[in-house]
Amino acid sequence: MTRTIPFIIGFLLVVAPFSTPQYPLHLLIMILIWSLVYTAWSLMGRFGLVSLGHGAFMSIGAYVTALLWNYSGISPWIGIPAAMITAAIMAFLVAYPCFQFKIVGHYFALVTLALSEVVKLVIIASRDHTGGSLGFTPNREGDGTSFYALQFADKETFYFVVLGAWVLGLVIWRLVDKSMMRYALDSISEDEDASAAAGIHVTGSKLKITMLSAVLTALGGALYCQYQMFIGPEVIGGIGISLQIVFAVVVGGLYTMMGPTIGAIITLLMTEIFRNWITSLRTEGIDLAGLDTSIYGLMLILFIIFLPKGVLGELIDRLAGGRQKDTS
Amino acid sequence: MLDLKGVNAGYGSFQALFDISLNVKAGEAVAVIGPNGAGKTTLMRVISGMTEPFSGEMEMEGKSLSSFPPHQIVELGIAHVPENRRLFPGMSVEDNLKLGAFAKTARSDSAKNLEFVYELFPRMKERRSQLAGTMSGGEQQMCAIGRAIMSGPKLLLMDEPSAGLAPVVVQQVFSLVRRIREEGYTVLIVEQNVQQVLQVVDRAYLLEAGQLIDSGKSKDLLESDSVRKAYMGL
Repeated sequence: MTRTIPFIIGFLLVVAPFSTPQYPLHLLIMILIWSLVYTAWSLMGRFGLVSLGHGAFMSIGAYVTALLWNYSGISPWIGIPAAMITAAIMAFLVAYPCFQFKIVGHYFALVTLALSEVVKLVIIASRDHTGGSLGFTPNREGDGTSFYALQFADKETFYFVVLGAWVLGLVIWRLVDKSMMRYALDSISEDEDASAAAGIHVTGSKLKITMLSAVLTALGGALYCQYQMFIGPEVIGGIGISLQIVFAVVVGGLYTMMGPTIGAIITLLMTEIFRNWITSLRTEGIDLAGLDTSIYGLMLILFIIFLPKGVLGELIDRLAGGRQKDTS
Repeated sequence: MLDLKGVNAGYGSFQALFDISLNVKAGEAVAVIGPNGAGKTTLMRVISGMTEPFSGEMEMEGKSLSSFPPHQIVELGIAHVPENRRLFPGMSVEDNLKLGAFAKTARSDSAKNLEFVYELFPRMKERRSQLAGTMSGGEQQMCAIGRAIMSGPKLLLMDEPSAGLAPVVVQQVFSLVRRIREEGYTVLIVEQNVQQVLQVVDRAYLLEAGQLIDSGKSKDLLESDSVRKAYMGL
């Protein structure tokens, strides 16, 4: 029974675009893009490498792709890999000194927090090219659908692009989970010195996973840009997005493959519901702007206290616990 | 096998080791004994590459160690059993052991070495799926030694294996050390428990305030008046 569930979901995901109205399809695409980003974050987050700088990698992914396209006419097919490499270099520049000088835990989080602000400020400051805080729009190619420009006027095609990227993210998660690197990183998160004594290259292992995570996040940012055809420094970067990434993964579940995806579904649906609710209240003259952010903050605290493994993690634990009781 | 010449080391502006020269020959068991704060742990950390020395030369089988990071020193055949065992408490005993064979040079022998560790310590086989952090102190020490053996080392560095253990357990730990010796491993051990450790090693160095002040055969040291007075309260 449980074995057939992935096939059913897979089948539904493939037929979804042909039977879904535009708005839910839009939500599905957004969920898949964000799921990719959240999965990318959890690659390193699950080993105690808490980054508050993933907004920076998303921005790099989006802006490098879009700037190359608008100013040099370089196709996103080359621009996206270039953006991913840029993100990897940025991750290396920030993470290498951190790991070499044993900046871990809270201090690492603070360094990465600074990174997301620095990248945001650089984007705003170079407004002549990036449009600053007003945002940036990639040039449309022809009538809006162009394989060369990775632009699709219809949502259905784009849906399959992001579906593929999301599956890629999950495959990478699984490969890391099955690799020796996972053992190494697990032990590093427990005790760095003991890991080094056991023959693990501590700095190297941490650096690899950080760069992998940054690269996938940049891919997510680039796809967001290609789909929305609009990016802004606060829309896909800055502290707000960096925290949103952490929040969603914690809600969904940090230690399971599908956790980040569940987190994306929950947070995106919540955002949509709040948005509609606040808008409808506003028409009645009640302004509750900012309420959604406050509720997020409260929920994050509650989740960390009561559901530290996230919704999916808790669910799996409950199911496994129930099964164990049955057999005893 | 291991040769240290004029090693100075410390942390920042604080110097913990002054002009340390010592050697360990293949097949030997050597102890470095000394009180708290003498620099014993620093000595172990310097050899295993976790603390960089200020100056001096270190050689393992003729190869200079100074330029290698910790994970490559493991590949040269030096395994470190750290102070306070430092297991990965949230992992099973078997995962802890397997991690000991993480070094590239050890991976191919991983299964064989695991078999050997289980043979050496049957208790570990019984507890293979238990979380390492939930075992008793003596068993954890067994696991830590097992983890070091998993890398297929020529030289075992043991940092105060008796620290924090009940007297009865300390006895067991030293008999473990004796077992390891009988298996042909070369051992360098630092200890405060002088009387016990001198019974399992061939030679010992006396470390005090970062300097080696004496050395000799353990039999002679056991009988030496100054050692008996300073370290055994006799």
